[in-house]
Amino acid sequence: MAWAKTMWDEFYGLFVDDGSLAVAVLAWLAVCWLILPRLGVTSLWHSALLFTGLVVILAESALRRARQRR
Amino acid sequence: MIMDWTHAAPTILAAFLASLVEFVEALTVVLAVGAVRGWRGALGGTGLALFVLLVLVALLGPAMTRIPQDLVRIGLGTLLLLFGMRWLRKAILRAAGIIALHDEEESYAKESAALRALGLAHGWDRIAVSTAFKITMVEGIEVVFIVIAVGAGGQGLLVPASLGALAALLLVVALGVALHRPVAMIPENMLKFLVGVLLCAFGTFWVGEGMGVDWPGEDWALAALNAGFLAASLVLVRLCRARAAATVPVS
Repeated sequence: MAWAKTMWDEFYGLFVDDGSLAVAVLAWLAVCWLILPRLGVTSLWHSALLFTGLVVILAESALRRARQRR
Repeated sequence: MIMDWTHAAPTILAAFLASLVEFVEALTVVLAVGAVRGWRGALGGTGLALFVLLVLVALLGPAMTRIPQDLVRIGLGTLLLLFGMRWLRKAILRAAGIIALHDEEESYAKESAALRALGLAHGWDRIAVSTAFKITMVEGIEVVFIVIAVGAGGQGLLVPASLGALAALLLVVALGVALHRPVAMIPENMLKFLVGVLLCAFGTFWVGEGMGVDWPGEDWALAALNAGFLAASLVLVRLCRARAAATVPVS
């Protein structure tokens, strides 16, 4: 079991470092996939919003970590 | 078969650079195991892990073709984004001086000291085999994931992605055989920054395709996404550096 837990921890660690970053990315992708098309957003705006949202999420996470400098 | 180079070239580059970083990290530990505890255990553990990874690829590869392409793109694109954003965030913080740079020489020294402290064994050294197996599996799974994620989103891209990873493996093995010490001359932190940008661009592109977004400029949008993530990351390095300088360190 210890072996399986180690493998799971390694696998989880591949994708999640800052938990709130991962949650925000998943939430934004869900919005872009399920909500934006229903709002009649054009494809050009859809692609621009997808990219911009991800950059904003990355910026928030990095700047938050920079503020917590030790 | 005519290769679409607007997709194949960034695919090869992303797989090559990402795999290079992972293989260099694995090589450091395998070299430490070999030097301290003997090459039989080091190479045995590495070989066993490579065999398990090949079985994994053989099982996962065909399974991917049975899933609808849009779902594969959304699923793998999402994982690629989580992986790439985590990597890029860390690279930005390293470039801004907020977290320490990764140093292969230091990793080698630490790993060697830890292995030496465990005492030597005769015959098949279980510690050597398990240490080499674990590091090759951990870094190898990342390579397998990257190859599948950047290669499975488009038709015929799995081969260029695999070739990129194979080229990285051959380069690192050649350097390891020639040097017999950690490959510290590769600018690993800069590579991680570039790989983070590439993975985020690929992830965004595949997710968008899976959602039915018509990217402006079609395949050229991938280049624009790379440029966009690179520009944003360079700005973020400056902002993080300024933010850290303005923050009083906690003692």
